[in-house]
Amino acid sequence: MSEVRYTDQHEWIRLDGEEATVGITKYAAESLGDVVFVELPASGKTVSAGGEAGVVESVKAASDIYAPAGGTITTANSALEKEPSKVNEDPEGAGWFFKMTLADKAEFNKLMDSAAYAKFVKTL
Amino acid sequence: MEGVDSCIGTVMTVASELLRRTPLHALHLELGGKMVPFAGYEMPVHYPAGILKEHLHTRAKAGLFDVSHMGQVFLSGDTARLEKVTPADIAGLKEGMQRYGLLLTEAGTIKDDFMVSRLAGEADLYLVVNAATKQGDFAYIGEKLKGAAALTQRFDRALLALQGPMAVTVLERHSPGISALTFMKVVRAHVAGAPAIISRTGYTGEDGFEISLEGADAEQVARALLEESEVLPIGLGARDSLRLEAGLCLYGHDMDETRNPAEANLLWSIGKRRKEAKDFPGAIQTLNGAPGVKRVGIRPQGRAPAREGTEIAAKDGRIIGQVTSGGFGPSLNAPVAMGYVETAFAADGTAVDLLVRGKALPAVISPMPFVRHSYRR
Repeated sequence: MSEVRYTDQHEWIRLDGEEATVGITKYAAESLGDVVFVELPASGKTVSAGGEAGVVESVKAASDIYAPAGGTITTANSALEKEPSKVNEDPEGAGWFFKMTLADKAEFNKLMDSAAYAKFVKTL
Repeated sequence: MEGVDSCIGTVMTVASELLRRTPLHALHLELGGKMVPFAGYEMPVHYPAGILKEHLHTRAKAGLFDVSHMGQVFLSGDTARLEKVTPADIAGLKEGMQRYGLLLTEAGTIKDDFMVSRLAGEADLYLVVNAATKQGDFAYIGEKLKGAAALTQRFDRALLALQGPMAVTVLERHSPGISALTFMKVVRAHVAGAPAIISRTGYTGEDGFEISLEGADAEQVARALLEESEVLPIGLGARDSLRLEAGLCLYGHDMDETRNPAEANLLWSIGKRRKEAKDFPGAIQTLNGAPGVKRVGIRPQGRAPAREGTEIAAKDGRIIGQVTSGGFGPSLNAPVAMGYVETAFAADGTAVDLLVRGKALPAVISPMPFVRHSYRR
């Protein structure tokens, strides 16, 4: 069974067994507007929690994507390079950015669950 | 993810400060406009359709823009004296014509750009300047023309732009006969019953009109135009991507008081008589000096946009310039930019690198406009 957590920088991370999938939330995708470019991390790259792991650009602005937890990138969603609009169409599904293995599951457990994130978004 | 919070945070912080509103403010809210602070005004950056769709809709059909934040003013008295602060041919501007002009500092650098109109049968000139610079411009012009000509600010007026290939069909329904007006011509006429100053101009590269109205008439006219099936409301986001594709300068970005008309590649805006007389600020330097840098168009070769401030490098790695406007061009489905480079690298086709997030991304100096202008001459 998978578990999903959220960061206050509006990334989501879904853990399925040993592998986690990361993307940006629906709230983030709507705030950014039409995504026209993504820069994805290379497979094998190690990242620390809160470290830069990619870039997403809408018509107006560029934003960094941070790794919600430390670990190693296993796959990037290269489909986004050709079709960045998938990030707007299905941000928490087909619009995922990369998959990774976690160095320390405790970092994952510390993140917000969906109820806490929904509450956080309401304060913005 | 950085940017989302800070962007929203800015909006919320500034909303509590005193921002000016245009006469269409309530309509923007009703239409679902996302309001942001811009040049001291609360303006819609986009509507629910989003920047991409708004941009493409304007190029395909017609878009309605609120540009009431721009500075409208009438100049009375010896209006030809405006030539003291601009290299445009003002004395030679014919009745019923509009012209683009640069406002110059005493040193001959660019203080602003503006549109100037001579309405048929009227002694006064009608000017439109940029929103962020309007107060400073009017103080400067007022001072320079003191005793000879006087300005009357009409910041209370509204200004709408109707742009796109179907703009003429739409406006003709509400202002019969207006389709006879050709590019850069201006006339007083009625739109949906309201008195207006209408010019066949705009800042998108498309055919279209700018419509100046009394503030009290603006909402009624905007509603009448928006009821037409061809028209969508368009925010400032798409206005920026449209003008960038059209190769048009944004003051404070693509030109400012550090650039002269030669560097900004705007010598075409200097009247022939003025070039011969060399009677405007900085004329000798602008006309006879070889500019060290030039404004150019830039096409990044990959998909990554190069934003304002991106450094431009020669192929040997030396920094030769900077991007002043850059983003994604929805009509080209590719990134586009403009910026300044050393003159030796300003020729179309020159290969350069753009330093984006520490990486050198290949790009080519390219002719502008990036998207062909569709003016009705």
